[in-house]
Amino acid sequence: MAEQAIHGDVARMETTRALPTFTPSTDIYETGDDLVVMVEMPGVGADGIDIKLDNRTLMITGCGETTTIEGYAQTYAEYRDGNYHRSFTLSEDIDEERIHATMKDGLLKLTLPKASPPPTKTITVKAG
Amino acid sequence: MFGAIDQVAKSKEDHMLRYSQGRDVWADPILNLQRMQEEMNRLFGRFGTMTEAGEYPSMNVWTGEEGAMVTAEVPGVSPENIEVTVHRNTLTLKGRRDEAAPTGEEVTYHRRERDHGTFGRTIALPFPVDSDRVEASFRNGVVKILLPRPEADKPRRIKISNA
Repeated sequence: MAEQAIHGDVARMETTRALPTFTPSTDIYETGDDLVVMVEMPGVGADGIDIKLDNRTLMITGCGETTTIEGYAQTYAEYRDGNYHRSFTLSEDIDEERIHATMKDGLLKLTLPKASPPPTKTITVKAG
Repeated sequence: MFGAIDQVAKSKEDHMLRYSQGRDVWADPILNLQRMQEEMNRLFGRFGTMTEAGEYPSMNVWTGEEGAMVTAEVPGVSPENIEVTVHRNTLTLKGRRDEAAPTGEEVTYHRRERDHGTFGRTIALPFPVDSDRVEASFRNGVVKILLPRPEADKPRRIKISNA
């Protein structure tokens, strides 16, 4: 099963554009109610993001835009345009219906509300 | 030490593994290439938007007859938190990166890979810039600055006449 998950992931990542796939820097923090994932994906717009939650595996993919300018030639480079991908295994149960994501200035903020735990059942012990 | 990692690597269950010691490279070439690229990313700068020299932000420069265009990756930095200044042939970018969690809130970090705090970087261009016509724009965490050359400074084509 684990193997299937790996292969599915790889097949999905194959893109038609010959761009490198980067591992974006990510912050993950937990508040009382939510798990918040923040992923830096410069050059990616809201429509270029694909987020999937399969069981407890969270997969984030971003398709970046390429920069070109007419009449100019690139003379110096420190970064490359490309795609981004990361996947995480979540340890807590997430309320999938209430997940929401925002993309602002190349930073993805994904809020994953924790699922409320099932009500505790008290078992009464009778003296036999 | 690697012996133990080796054992884990062999069981396909652990796909989060970062070490490549003792793995059968030919078992799954595509998967292994992808793993290799991920490892390279971690090793060489790309993991974190910093240059090899540890400077922030990373920049790309395009030049042409009309001037230059500089792009810099500043994900998560809002336009009001960044300052672009031009003086003669130097371009300076200053700004501040905020922490992920809002200040004052009690949170537990699971991962903290992004940097925060103030940054500043100056680069020199091969020609002076017409500072009145400089344009900066933001899009998806990338700042794009167009730096035109002054008319008087542009290269001129010299006509060669027959003597």
